[in-house]
Amino acid sequence: MHDTVTANHLWLIPALPLLGVVINATLGQRLGRGLVAIVAPGVVGIAFAVSLFTFASLLSLPSGTALTDTAFPWIHAGALQLDVGFRVDPLSAVMILVVTGVGFLIHVYSIGYMSHEPDVARYFTYLNLFTFAMLVLVLADSLPLLFVGWEGVGLCSYLLIGFWYDKEENANAGKKAFIVNRVGDAGFLLGTFLLFWNLGAGTHTFAFTELQAHVKDIPLGVVTAAALLLFVGATGKSAQLPLYVWLPDAMAGPTPVSALIHAATMVTAGVYMIARLNFLYVLTPTALTVVAWIGALTALFAATIGLAQNDIKKVLAYSTISQLGYMFLGVGVGAFSAGVFHLMTHAFFKALLFLGAGSVIHGMSGEQDMQKMGGLRKRMPITFGTFFIANLAIAGIPGFAGFFSKDEILLRAFTSENGSPALWVLGAIGAGLTAFYMYRLLFLTFYGECRADAEVAHHIHESPGAMTGPLVILAVLSIVGGWIGLPSHWLWGNRFEQFLAPVFGHQDAEHVSAALEYGLMATSVGIAVVGIAVAYFCYIVQPGMPMLIAWRAKGLYDLLFNKYYVDELYDAIVVQPIRRLSDKLWRSVDAGVIDGAVNGAAEAVSMAGGVWRRWQTGNVQHYALSFFVGAVVLIGYLAWR
Amino acid sequence: MVPVTYYLVLSAILFAIGAVGVLIRRNVIVIFMSIELMLNAVNLLFVAFARQWHAMDGQVIVFFVMTVAAAEAAVGLAIIISMFRGRETTNVDELNLLRW
Repeated sequence: MHDTVTANHLWLIPALPLLGVVINATLGQRLGRGLVAIVAPGVVGIAFAVSLFTFASLLSLPSGTALTDTAFPWIHAGALQLDVGFRVDPLSAVMILVVTGVGFLIHVYSIGYMSHEPDVARYFTYLNLFTFAMLVLVLADSLPLLFVGWEGVGLCSYLLIGFWYDKEENANAGKKAFIVNRVGDAGFLLGTFLLFWNLGAGTHTFAFTELQAHVKDIPLGVVTAAALLLFVGATGKSAQLPLYVWLPDAMAGPTPVSALIHAATMVTAGVYMIARLNFLYVLTPTALTVVAWIGALTALFAATIGLAQNDIKKVLAYSTISQLGYMFLGVGVGAFSAGVFHLMTHAFFKALLFLGAGSVIHGMSGEQDMQKMGGLRKRMPITFGTFFIANLAIAGIPGFAGFFSKDEILLRAFTSENGSPALWVLGAIGAGLTAFYMYRLLFLTFYGECRADAEVAHHIHESPGAMTGPLVILAVLSIVGGWIGLPSHWLWGNRFEQFLAPVFGHQDAEHVSAALEYGLMATSVGIAVVGIAVAYFCYIVQPGMPMLIAWRAKGLYDLLFNKYYVDELYDAIVVQPIRRLSDKLWRSVDAGVIDGAVNGAAEAVSMAGGVWRRWQTGNVQHYALSFFVGAVVLIGYLAWR
Repeated sequence: MVPVTYYLVLSAILFAIGAVGVLIRRNVIVIFMSIELMLNAVNLLFVAFARQWHAMDGQVIVFFVMTVAAAEAAVGLAIIISMFRGRETTNVDELNLLRW
């Protein structure tokens, strides 16, 4: 199970993007736009090549073998013997391929998208730094090193959301993301400490393999608490209820950043973490149930908000939150490989959707409001075609990537021990809503008459090759990406699950009757088709319908349009009380006590100086007098003591 | 032979006159002379004790003191002259450039 082979090249995978960071940060301004645009995607491309090589060597080894590379000792203190070590098992292999592969495409796309941006060196520095941190996260062989990557991607997310920091709105969005994530990270750290305390006496490397070996010695209550605390971290990073609020605002960043960080890779870190710690979570059905329900509720909740948004990126943001909910639903019902499978297919089609939206925004001179789009089908044919494929994939139309992964999750949600029909119903309704809002987006953007201003409409153009190239590749992946995980008795079966089996253990597949499986499949596809049909009816056949519905169900529409007023609620119950408390503390404790003590000390010294200063007359004869008096006193003392 | 106590008293009186002169006089030349008086009061003490104990050390030290005093007088007077050229005064209260 835990055979390992040393592979001394693993450190190269994160080191290459780090090299890009160093080059772009120090020489970026001097190299000029052209060289930066070669270096930044180049290092990620080489990292992708190394990842492919690693993947190939992993495949050539017997199943269950992992590649390891201990880079250097990190913290050796007391009972802690922590090394910086990288480990590639099937799960990490999938992740590094997704991160470097999709990351490379998005780097290339960025060259085109950021072609009007003056500060392109800073942009690519951050983007490479993100890739580095994300690779550390997925390659880490210990929980603390994973946390380093976890924080690193959070930092890059903050930097890139606020990339155009001269607008206060963007800077605030960055801060919001950072602060909300701090809440989650506090849970993550507490979970880590809890595990460490309960590892028992002796020295510990804190590696995942060691954790796996010792986890059975830890009391179940502690395991549950640690699992739930770590999941709090995941809800922050992966934007789940109740900490999802930062992700929609994160759309303030450049669109390729939304695609890479806030759709394809970083936000899936929480799913990855739970999949990585699957040995911990399977011990505690309580925590798994919480994960599954939070996931399912988020999937439905975010999908309903997505129905009423008009900003093209906001719709995609809520869609991402919703899809992440499906991944948590998958891992929560114990279908870890299905969750990771959806993570991968989602990375393909959601990156494609974001990049397509970016292409639209680029062509529309920065317009993001779908109400001012329309009719782009003929003006931007490649963008439209690839976007259409991504839509089919996310809606779960059979044959496309999203179908296989989502269907697997929904099936397991229904049949698995931890699952229940209620979870399936939530997921299925969410799938219908997903189909509806995605086709609403598609119809509003690409069909009908162009509603843009004449000036903007005149400038609409298809994006350059650097942008459409990645779109086409991702579109291909959005189709074929799902074929490696077919339902178990189709053709070659679920190769993906077999590949990941060494990590997740051989799960006894429930014997599901074919009738049930096909019945569930047909139902969820049917719901999706209904969603599409409703969208078609509302936005193509009867374009007046949405207005009418919004008017008739005004209360509901306002509720959705204003995102259930969650931001306002958090503002009222969390942000404002803390602000008021901070304000009070600032005025009383900070200004009164702390400043008082510091300034008081300075005043006291100053006053003492004012008094003692009078002795320093500057008159030498006064000094001489003091000297004589002193001498006389001293001699008198010595003579008569 | 004159008892050594007499020399001690005379020396103390001379030293006190010198010390008071340094402290209360304002003319820098008088202060300077008062310092010389204090030096010579000490010299007198050295010589008196050298004779009392029949030891030459005290007399040798007196020569040293006289040498140093001569050098000091030369340097000190030079400073006073240059100060007088600059400031047209020998009053220490007006020589307060270095005062804070």
